Amino acid sequence: MVTSITSFGRSGLYDWMVQRVTAVILACYTVFMIGYLAFGAELTYDMWTELFQCTAMRIFTLLTLLSFAAHVWIGMWSVSTDYIKPTGMRFVFQSVTGLLTFVYVAWGIQILWGI
Amino acid sequence: MNKKRPVNLDLRTIKQPLPAITSILHRATGVALFFGAVFAIYALGLSLESEAGFNEAVDMFENGFIAKLIAWGSVSALLYHFFAGIKHLVMDFGYCEELDSGLLAAKVTLGLAAAAVLISGVWIW
Repeated sequence: MVTSITSFGRSGLYDWMVQRVTAVILACYTVFMIGYLAFGAELTYDMWTELFQCTAMRIFTLLTLLSFAAHVWIGMWSVSTDYIKPTGMRFVFQSVTGLLTFVYVAWGIQILWGI
Repeated sequence: MNKKRPVNLDLRTIKQPLPAITSILHRATGVALFFGAVFAIYALGLSLESEAGFNEAVDMFENGFIAKLIAWGSVSALLYHFFAGIKHLVMDFGYCEELDSGLLAAKVTLGLAAAAVLISGVWIW
């Protein structure tokens, strides 16, 4: 059996499951954030920092950030293996994807714990 | 398999059925969201950095044309991806996989997303 070395969990079924579980987490965060911003009180700086200083919100946000990283890798991997056929170009594209994903995670953690 | 069969994979000449359009849009919005996240994280960082940063971010979303455009584009892509993702999960459970129900699911997805894009546009502008 040939296993793909660039897929997230090295198995299609595992990737499939991770994609769906992370999708549910991302969907929950989306609903929460849109609800908070669109239907909450007029946003102030104090409210906003208080929200992100709360441990539960930090856990929820970090969970979302890590889910985003896994979800994005599987999605971008699928799309790039489908459409970018030359190996060199695909390698570059996937490298940029991986690097940018890492930057998002590190940047996000710094924002969350820098408040 | 006869390798000489005529193959047409030129996307510009293929008539895409509605479920194919929802699928390609799901992919396109996914890729767009990955790159669009840089703006979202920048705005989050700015808004949480200091009170001045928060005011700057608020001012940007209230008065900056480009910022509004990026915000609307990102929120639209997110909402489309959200509804198309739910359609995916529904199909994973074995529903809406037939021709009629699949077409209906595609129509519902596009309809909900179009409404969400309009409403978010009103909200942002």
